This record gives sequence, C-alpha cells and structure tokens, in this order.
Amino acid sequence: MRDLLWADNVSFRYAAGAPLVVEGVTVRLADGALAGILGPNGSGKTTLLRLLSGTRRPTSGRVLIGDRPLDQLSRRDAARQIAVVPQETELAFEYRAIEIVLMGRHPHLGVFTVEGPDDIRIAQEALAATGTSHLSDRFFHELSGGEKQRIVIAAALAQLGHSFSAPSVALLDEPTASLDLGYQLEISSLLTRLNQDHGVTMAISTHDLNMAASICRELILMRDGRVLAAGPTSEVLTPDNVRRLYDVEADVHVNDETGHITVLPVRRIDSGSRLPAPGSRGNPA
Amino acid sequence: MSIRRRIAIVVSAFAAFAIAVMIWAPTVGTTSISLARAFDRSIPWHDNVDAQIFFVARLPRVLAGGLVGATLAAAGVVLQALLRNPLATPFTLGVSAGASLGAMLAVTMRLELSVLGITSIPLASFAGSLLATAIVYALASSQRRGLSTNVLLLAGVTLNAFFSALILFVQYLADFAEALRAIRWMMGGLDVASYFPIVAALPFIVISFAAFAMMTRTLNLLSVGAEAAASRGVEIVKAQRLAFVSASLATGAAVSLGGPIGFIGIIVPHLVRLMVGADHRIVLPASALFGAAFLVLCDLAARTLMSPLEIPVGVVTALIGGPFFLWLLVKRS
Repeated sequence: MRDLLWADNVSFRYAAGAPLVVEGVTVRLADGALAGILGPNGSGKTTLLRLLSGTRRPTSGRVLIGDRPLDQLSRRDAARQIAVVPQETELAFEYRAIEIVLMGRHPHLGVFTVEGPDDIRIAQEALAATGTSHLSDRFFHELSGGEKQRIVIAAALAQLGHSFSAPSVALLDEPTASLDLGYQLEISSLLTRLNQDHGVTMAISTHDLNMAASICRELILMRDGRVLAAGPTSEVLTPDNVRRLYDVEADVHVNDETGHITVLPVRRIDSGSRLPAPGSRGNPA
Repeated sequence: MSIRRRIAIVVSAFAAFAIAVMIWAPTVGTTSISLARAFDRSIPWHDNVDAQIFFVARLPRVLAGGLVGATLAAAGVVLQALLRNPLATPFTLGVSAGASLGAMLAVTMRLELSVLGITSIPLASFAGSLLATAIVYALASSQRRGLSTNVLLLAGVTLNAFFSALILFVQYLADFAEALRAIRWMMGGLDVASYFPIVAALPFIVISFAAFAMMTRTLNLLSVGAEAAASRGVEIVKAQRLAFVSASLATGAAVSLGGPIGFIGIIVPHLVRLMVGADHRIVLPASALFGAAFLVLCDLAARTLMSPLEIPVGVVTALIGGPFFLWLLVKRS
C-alpha cells in the first residue's frame, strides 16, 4: 500500500529558543492504515498530530500528503483531506449536534455559500455512521461525554465526506481519554468500523494500551519527542518497549486463540529521568 | 426547511421589526405628528410641519440610534465569538476607553479643529479608539502565532483601567464646565442634529460590516476553538485579525457618533441567541437589526419618559443592561 500521509524527519519547537518537542520524527501512514501513537505525557503525541494535520508547520523536515508537501496546500484544501478529532470540545455557545457536524463542511463551502442538500445528506450519513442520528437536534452541551465524542467524530467524517476520490485521513487525539469503560468500548468499535467499512485512514494518540492493542494494526511509540519504535502492533508492543516507553514493568499477554494482546502494568521503575518519588533524593544508587 | 431559507426568513422578520420601529419612533415626541401627513408629497415642504419635524428634527436622531445600535450589537457578536466568551462586549478590548480619553482631551484642550465638517470631539474620540485598538493589537500579536485571545483580553482590560485613570487625571485638571461636558459625552447620547455625522461615520461601519458578512461561518468555527477551526480549514491568523480589526473600527466609528453607550453589545446578542440559536449566520445580522431597534426604543424612552427633561440614552441602556447582565451571569453559573 502506498503512503498517504508521511512526516519526513520533522522537528518542531513552539517558540524560537524553546526546546524541540518533536525531534527528527519520521512517520508513514499507508492508505487504509489504523495506527496508534503511544507515549507518556509530554512525549509530543499531540504536537505530532498537529504537524500531520498541517495546523502547525514543522521547524525542519516536511509533511507530505500523497506526493504533495502539505504546506503547499491551502488550509482549506488540506482540511478537505485531513480531519482532526481533538481531545475535548468545549463550546462557548449552545450549538445543536447537527450544527457541529455541518461545521465539518466548512472547507467545502465558499465564503457566502450555505450548506446545500448534498452537505446535509453527508452530515446525516456521518451521524448514521457514528450511531448518533437520534441526537441530531439535541444541544451539544447536554450530551454525555461519549455522545459528544461521537458527534465530533461525525463532524470529522462530514469534513472528509465526498473526497473519497482524494485520499483522506482522520487524526484523533486521545479520543477515549475522558470516557468510561462502556463509552471507550463503543468508540473503539466505532473507529474500527469506520476504518474497515468506510476506509478511513486513521492515526490515534492514546494512553490506553489495551485499546491500542485491540484496534490498531500498527503502533508508533514516542518518548521525549522521538520515535522509540514503530511497526506492527504485535512486534512493537513488547514488555521491553513498554518499559522503555513508560518506565513501567508490564506483563504483555498474547491470547493464543484470539491473538488479543493485553497489557498489565506491574510496577514503576525509577529510571532517574522521571520526577523523584517522595522521600527519595532522585539519585538512584 | 433549508438552511438558506431559514436564514432568509429569520433575518427578514428582524428587518421588518427594525424598519417598523424606525418609522414609528420619529412620530413620537412632545409634538405628536401624523405619518400620513409627513409623507404627503402634495403639501408643500414649508407648510408641512409634520414632515419638517419628521425629517429634520427626529429622523437623523433615529437613524443615528439605528446605526449605533446595529454596530455595537454586531461588534459584540464578533468579539464574543473571537474571545469565545459570551460576556465580552465591544468595549472589553479598550476601544471605548480610548475614545473617551480622546473626547476628554478634545474638550479640555478646547480643540477647535474640524475635518470636513466633523467637529473635534468625534474626531478625537475616533482617533482615541484607533490608538487603543493599535496598542491592544500590537500587544496581542507579539505572540508568535496569531492573536492570543488571552493576551487580547488581558491587554484590553488593563488598557481600559489605565485609560480610565488618565481620563480621571485630565478631568481633575479640567474646569467645571469642561468636566461636565466630557462626562455628559461619556454617558452616551444620540443628540444628532443633522445627517452629516451619520454620513461621516458610515464608510467605516459599511467596511466593517462587509468584513462581518464574510466571516459569519468562520465565527461559528472560531467559537468552537482556534485549533479546531484551523483543522477545519480556517486561516486562523487572518480570521482573528480581520475579526478584531473590523469590530474595533466599527465600534470606534459608532462611539464617535453616539458616545460609549453601554450594554447594547451584550444584551442584544444574548436575546437574539435565545430567540434564534447560536449560528452566527443568523445571530450576526439578526443582532445588528435587533440592536438598531433596541437602541432606537431606548432613545425614545430617554427623550420621552421624563419629558421635557432628557435622560442620557447611555443611562437608560445601563439601567436595563446592568441587571440583565447580572441575571445572565447568575444563570450561567
């Protein structure tokens, strides 16, 4: 499969003189991929997603979509191919769910154009694909966390809708972070379905190793702004890599029948790079 | 119903209301006049007292009220979306304080210049609003990427306080009559005696409204969040700058015409959102039209309630707006 979205040796700092938050990262997302990005807090996952979406430009290196450098595309053209689902969506005003989904059509409309029948149909299909058709006219702020997240995913689908001729990617930043177990499961199966049935290429940053193990076919492990390991999930998700990534001893269990991988964290290792534990002098003997 | 149709119907209804109010308002006053007689072309102009009162004495004031009300309400909508804060007003970012300082200086320094027939107070207040806008803009865009809305807000609030201190200082140095005149200006008033000041403010307001018209859908996205808007195809830096500059320019022009009339920019957008929802493609034009009608009605109350004494219209809007604002605050929390 050909590469759809490709970060080629990108580095990024938020301000001149500030430290690099992403450093020499190369990531390839093939057409149809479902990739997970794992790493501790502050490892650069969110920044990498911003670079991949083109809302930030790398300090060095480049991002390509298809064969075109992303920074040669207008924001509007880029947004037709790359949609982002942010960690949390907080509204200043009381929009209805359908209005949020229709906002996804923004890059397809002219300055004075109003959403037409096609846009509305695409929005309704996106609601249907995320199982939220019944929430269409509800106020967004009245929805539960899981429902909100599904509406925001529907908005991303509406944004990509009808650009199937051109390749399209959804980037999701910790989509299950604030959700309980039931909603986590729901979002996970939704993402799998969207990837398999609707062919949406996805990269998902997450702290949930078990979700990543169950739905992502490939993983990118990030630490301190660099890629620690990348490849097929079964090869990358090893006890050794988990230790290097999080400074945590973990049991990684592979179910022989189903092939499911489960990760059970056992204990924290003090590697010295982390904050010292209370009482310790931060100086491992 | 299609979205286009819904926008057209709602905006037409608000337009009809605004036009009705603005035709009716000039007929009310110490001398009541007949609308039919005022518009009767068969009566010669010099014999038609009703027409003279309507077109010469009262209509300029009503038009000024409509223009100022529409501008303040629309600028309020734009800034609330830009700052993602429904409690923002057109004066939050220092425009009115700059304008007041300018007017204050013009009064106390007895500036008698006039450009194209516009007198020193509106000129100086407009210059003051531009200065305040430039300072806040420079501070907020010293950030690396676009305008920081936090810096915008902090710079605006601080500048408001600083300019207020300067105003008090100038007032302290002024003599009694000057101080009174300046204070009277700051209460806001639509005592417009001719069409000329309206025509002078109009170009700035028209340019700003053209910018507003282009950004309504973008305002929806901005109000969801800058990062999210960027990922949906909005050129954030451009959009934020256009929103801030056009809203400030419009506010400066409106304040130079009517003084810093408070609360219009917050009450009106809120009432409109309660009626029509949050979509800026409807909220923005509906607020402008409702703002026009609202300020004209407040001004009608100002000049008739205690007739022959006239209450400053800024006092009327504040008396309505203050409690309303507090109610809003409590309701939200």
